[in-house]
Amino acid sequence: MWNFSLFPDQASTIAKHVDALYFFELGIAGFFTAMICVLILAFAARYRRKSTVDRSNPPPSSKTLEIIWIGGPLLLGLTMFTWGAILFYKMYDPPADALEVYVVGKQWMWHAQHSEGRAEINELHVPLGRPIKLTMTSQDVIHSFFIPAFRMKQDVLPGRYTTMWFEPAKIGRYHLFCAEYCGTNHSAMGGWVYVMEPVEFQQWLSQAGTGASMAEQGERLFVQYHCAGCHRGSQTVHAPRLEGVYGRPVPVQQGKEVRFTLADYRYIRDSILRPKSEVVAGYEPVMPSFEGQITEPDLLKIIAYIKSIGAKEATQ
Amino acid sequence: MSAVAVEFKEDYLQAYRLKSWLLTTDHKRIGLLYMASITFFFFVGGAAATIMRLELMTPKGDVLSSPDAYNRLFTIHGVVMIFFFLIPSIPAVLGNFLIPLMIGARDLAFPILNLLSWYILMIGGSIAIGVLIFGGVDTGWTFYTPFSTMFSNTMVVPAATAVFITGFSSILTGLNFIVTIHTMRAPGMTWFRLPLFVWALYATSLIMVLGTPVLAIAVALVAVERLLHVGIFDPALGGDPILFQHLFWFYSHPAVYIMVLPGMGVVAEIVPCFSRRPIFGYKLIAFSSVAIAVLGFLVWGHHMFVSGQSMYAGMIFSFLSFMVAIPSAIKVFNWTATMYKGSIRLDTPMLYALGFIGLFTMGGLTGLMLASVGIDVHVHDTYLVVAHFHYIMVGGAVMAYLGGIHFWWPKLSGRMYSELLGKLSALTVFIGFNLTFFPQFVLGYLGMPRRYYEYPAEFQVLNVLSTAGASILAVGYVLPLAYLLFSLRWPPDAGPNPWRASGLEWQTDSPPPVHNFEEIPIVTRGPYQYSPEGAEAIDGNGDDASR
Amino acid sequence: METVTTHRASGPPASPHDEPILEEQFDDLEQQHEASSVGMWVFLATEVMFFGGLIAAYTVYRATSPREFALASQHLNVGLGCLNTVILLGSSLSMALAVRAAQLQRRRNLLWCLAITAALGICFLGVKAVEYYQEYREHLIPGLNFQIPAQVVAKSTRLPLDPRRFEMFFVLYFFMTGLHAFHLIVGIALVSVMALLTWRRWLSGSGETQIEVTGLYWHFVDVVWVFLYPLLYLIDVQS
Repeated sequence: MWNFSLFPDQASTIAKHVDALYFFELGIAGFFTAMICVLILAFAARYRRKSTVDRSNPPPSSKTLEIIWIGGPLLLGLTMFTWGAILFYKMYDPPADALEVYVVGKQWMWHAQHSEGRAEINELHVPLGRPIKLTMTSQDVIHSFFIPAFRMKQDVLPGRYTTMWFEPAKIGRYHLFCAEYCGTNHSAMGGWVYVMEPVEFQQWLSQAGTGASMAEQGERLFVQYHCAGCHRGSQTVHAPRLEGVYGRPVPVQQGKEVRFTLADYRYIRDSILRPKSEVVAGYEPVMPSFEGQITEPDLLKIIAYIKSIGAKEATQ
Repeated sequence: MSAVAVEFKEDYLQAYRLKSWLLTTDHKRIGLLYMASITFFFFVGGAAATIMRLELMTPKGDVLSSPDAYNRLFTIHGVVMIFFFLIPSIPAVLGNFLIPLMIGARDLAFPILNLLSWYILMIGGSIAIGVLIFGGVDTGWTFYTPFSTMFSNTMVVPAATAVFITGFSSILTGLNFIVTIHTMRAPGMTWFRLPLFVWALYATSLIMVLGTPVLAIAVALVAVERLLHVGIFDPALGGDPILFQHLFWFYSHPAVYIMVLPGMGVVAEIVPCFSRRPIFGYKLIAFSSVAIAVLGFLVWGHHMFVSGQSMYAGMIFSFLSFMVAIPSAIKVFNWTATMYKGSIRLDTPMLYALGFIGLFTMGGLTGLMLASVGIDVHVHDTYLVVAHFHYIMVGGAVMAYLGGIHFWWPKLSGRMYSELLGKLSALTVFIGFNLTFFPQFVLGYLGMPRRYYEYPAEFQVLNVLSTAGASILAVGYVLPLAYLLFSLRWPPDAGPNPWRASGLEWQTDSPPPVHNFEEIPIVTRGPYQYSPEGAEAIDGNGDDASR
Repeated sequence: METVTTHRASGPPASPHDEPILEEQFDDLEQQHEASSVGMWVFLATEVMFFGGLIAAYTVYRATSPREFALASQHLNVGLGCLNTVILLGSSLSMALAVRAAQLQRRRNLLWCLAITAALGICFLGVKAVEYYQEYREHLIPGLNFQIPAQVVAKSTRLPLDPRRFEMFFVLYFFMTGLHAFHLIVGIALVSVMALLTWRRWLSGSGETQIEVTGLYWHFVDVVWVFLYPLLYLIDVQS
C-alpha cells in the first residue's frame, strides 16, 4: 500500500505535451482559487462586523473591473482551448508509417493482434520509438482502451472501427484499463502494455513460430478445421460459398420468414459457434458447431481470412 | 392597480391533519413536502455512496459479494442523487416556498399543478426504490447503449420508466415558475428589481422545460429497444449507439446547470445580507444566469470527445465549453466583490455560501481541464471527472442548499437553530468534503478509471484518504438533520426578520400566513437595500434570535 | 337557472355568475388569463422538444439510410395520410371558430364547433386505425410481426440495402405517429370535456380562457402532424 505514486509515467511522446497543458491549467486553477480564497478571507477579516476600518463609498458596480474579469478569463480560455485543440489534432492524426495493431474488446478482455501474426490477450507489446496505430472494435458493448502512461484513450464500439495512435518513449510496463463501463467485470478488464527495445520486439514478434499474417493463418485454420471441406464446393454437402460474403447482407431463414442480416464479425463468429441460430435461407441446418473448439484468436484469424476473400465476386 | 387585502389567517403550518398536507395546494406546504422527500432520497443515495467508499478502501473487492453489487450501487447512487435529490432540491423546496413570497404573490400560477409535480416525483421515486429493492439496475445513471438495451440483466425498463415519469415533475415545476415570474409580480416589481434568486430560478426553469423532454425520449427509446428487440441503438440490429449518447447528453449537460444555477441564486441572497452590502454587478449576474442556461444547451458533446464523434465536432464543443465558463466566472468575481467594504458576519448561512464560492471555483476550473480536448482524452472516464462534478454538485449545490435551508429556516419554521451546531456542521462538511474529493483529482490523473470496484494497489492510499473524508462528511450531513428537527420543539418566535434581510419574504410573518401577505406590497425599490453603516445596531436583534 | 332561449346567439352576460371566477392566487382576471395563456405556450414548448428528440433520431437515420427510408415510406398509404391531413386541418379551422365563438359569447356556435372538432379528431383516429390495420396485415409492425415485403427482398439482391434500416423506419413511424395519436386522444378528451362543461354551463364567464388554451393545444397537435406527414409519407412519392 505504501508504494504509491502521485503522478503517472510519461511513457509516450505526447505525454509530456499533455502534462504541460495540464500543469498550465492546474496553475490557472490554483491561482484563481487561491486568489478568491485569499480575497474572501481577507475581506471577512478586515471588514468583519466589529472592525472600524473605512467603509465609505463602496462601489455598487465597476465597468473597469467587469471588463477585466470578463476579458481576462476570455483570453485565458481561448488560450487553453487553442492549445488543447492543437494537441488533440496531433493526437488524432497518425503518421503514415505507423505499425498497425488490431484490437478487439469484448466482455471482459482485450484481444490484440499484430498484423504480422502474433496475438495477445490483455497485453500489448510495442517497440520503443515507433508510432503504433491501433484499429479497434468491440464485439458486444462499448469499451474504452486506456493507457494512462501514454495519456491516450479511445472508445471501442461494436459494429464500428475506431483508431488511436501513440509513440512509446520509455521502456517499461504500464497499465492498460477499460475506461467505459461495460458490465460485471469492467474493473477486471485490463492488463499490461510492454514497451520493448525494437530488437527485442522483433524477436518477440517472431517467437510464436509462424511468420504468416492473420489472414494467411486464418486460411490454414479454415482448412485445418475442415471448413473448406463443405464451403469450397463440396459434391456431397450443400453449403454456401464464402467468397464475396463478408460485409454484405445474408438472407437468413426464420421460421416461415426470411430476414436479412449483415455478414460481419459478429455474424461469422456466431455462424461458427452457433450455426443453427441463423441458417442461410435455402440451406439445411447441417453445419456442426465449433463451440469450445476454436480459440478467440483463431476465430479472429478465420474471420480475417473470410474478410480477405470478401472482396471477391460472389460465386452464387 | 390596487393591492388586494385579505383577512388575516393563521400561519401555514397550523393545520395538522394528514389530508391537509397531502391535498394541499399551498406552495409553502408543497415546498416542505418536497423537503421531506428529497431528504429521504439524499440518505438513500448517501447510503449507497457509503457502501461504495467502504468497498474502495481496499484494492480487492472484499466488502461486497460480487462486482454486480457494486455496479448496482453506483447506478442507484447516481440515479437517486441526480434525479431525486439534486434536480428537485433547491427549485422544488426553496423555489416553491420563496418565489411567490419574493415577488409579492399569494401562490404560484398553478397550485394544483404544483401538487401534481410532487406526486409525480413520489411515483417516480417509488418505482426507483422498487428497482433498488427488487434487484437493482447496473447500467450506470447514463444508461449507455447497447449495454443497457441488449446486455444488462437488470431492471432497466423499470428504472427508465422511473426517470421518464420523474421528468414530468421537473417540467411542470419549471412551467409553473416561468408563468408565475412572468405574470404575477407585485406592482412595481420590475424585472430588474427581482432578487437574483428569482433570476436564477427563472433560468433554471428554462432549462427544465426545454431539456427534460429530450431525456424522456432518450429513455423511452431505450425501453422500446429493450422490449421489442428492434435496433435503434444496438449496432448488431442496425442502430447507432452514439445517437443515444447525443440524445442523453443533450439533456444531461443542461441538467447540471439545473443543479447549480439555483445554488448560485442562494449565494446571491446570502452574501449581500451577511456583508450588509448590495450585490456587486446586479445586472451582470442576472444576465449571466440566462447566458449559462442558453450556452449550456450547446456544449453536450464535451462528454463525448473520445466516443467516436468527429474530431471537428469535438473542437467546436470544446470552444463552446470554454465560453460557458465565462458567466460563472463573472458571478464568482461579483460575489467576492460584494464583500468589499461590507460589514461581515460569518453566521452559518454565510459559511455555507463562502464555502460554495471557493469549492465551486475549484470545481469549475477543473472543468476547464475537461473542456480541453487534449487533456480530456487522458482524463475522461477517470476519477478526475468524478472529483470535478462532486466539487460542483456537493461542494457547490449541496452546500448552497444547506446554506439556503439555514438562511430561510426562521422564515419557513419560525424557529432558529443552534448557531454553534450550525457552524460546526458547516466546518465538518467543508473539511470532510475536501478530504473525500481532493485525492480523487490525483487518482484521476494517475489513471484510475470510474466505476471500478477493484483497482491496482498503488491507488490505495488515496482511496483510503477519500473514504476517511467521506466518514467525516457523513457526520456533517446528519448533524443538521438532527438540530433543525430539534429546533421545532421551541415555539415559533424567531420573528419576521431575524437576519434583518431585505426582500419581500422577510416583510411577512415567520412562519408566513397561508395567503403570504396581509396586503400585497407595492414595490418601489430594488433588492439588497443593505448598508454597512449601522450594521452593529442589527446585532442586538440578531443575537436575541439565535440560541 | 335556464334563461337562454334557442335564438340567443350573443349579448352581454345574462347574470353576475357569467363573469369568470377569479382564482385566489391571481390579482385580477387579466392576470389570470395571461397566466393560462403563457402556461400553455410554455407547455407547447416542452412538447416541441419532446417531438424534436424523435425527429432528430429520424433525421439521423434518414440521412444515413436514405434509400431504405424512401423504400419503406412507399409502403405507407399516402392517400389516407393526405386525407388525415385534410381532416386535421379542418378540425383546426373548427377549433379556431370555437375560440372565436367563445370570445363572442355565442354558446350554441361554440358547442357546435367543439363537437365538430372532436368528431374530426375521431375521424382522424379512425383513418389511422385503418392504416395501422393495413400495416398489420402487411407484416410491417416491428417487434410484433415484422417481415420484409417480398418485392423489397427481390430488390435487395440487386442493390445494397440494409434491411435493418428498413425496419428502423417503421419503428420510428409507429413511435412518432403513435405518440401523435396519444396527444390527439388527449386533445379530443379535452375538447369533449370543454364541450360538456360549456353545455352544462359549468364554466364561469364564457369559458373564453379555457377554450383559447384548448385551441392552442389543438393547433399544436395539428402542426405536429403537418411535420410528420411529409417526413414520413412524402419521402419519394414519385416512384
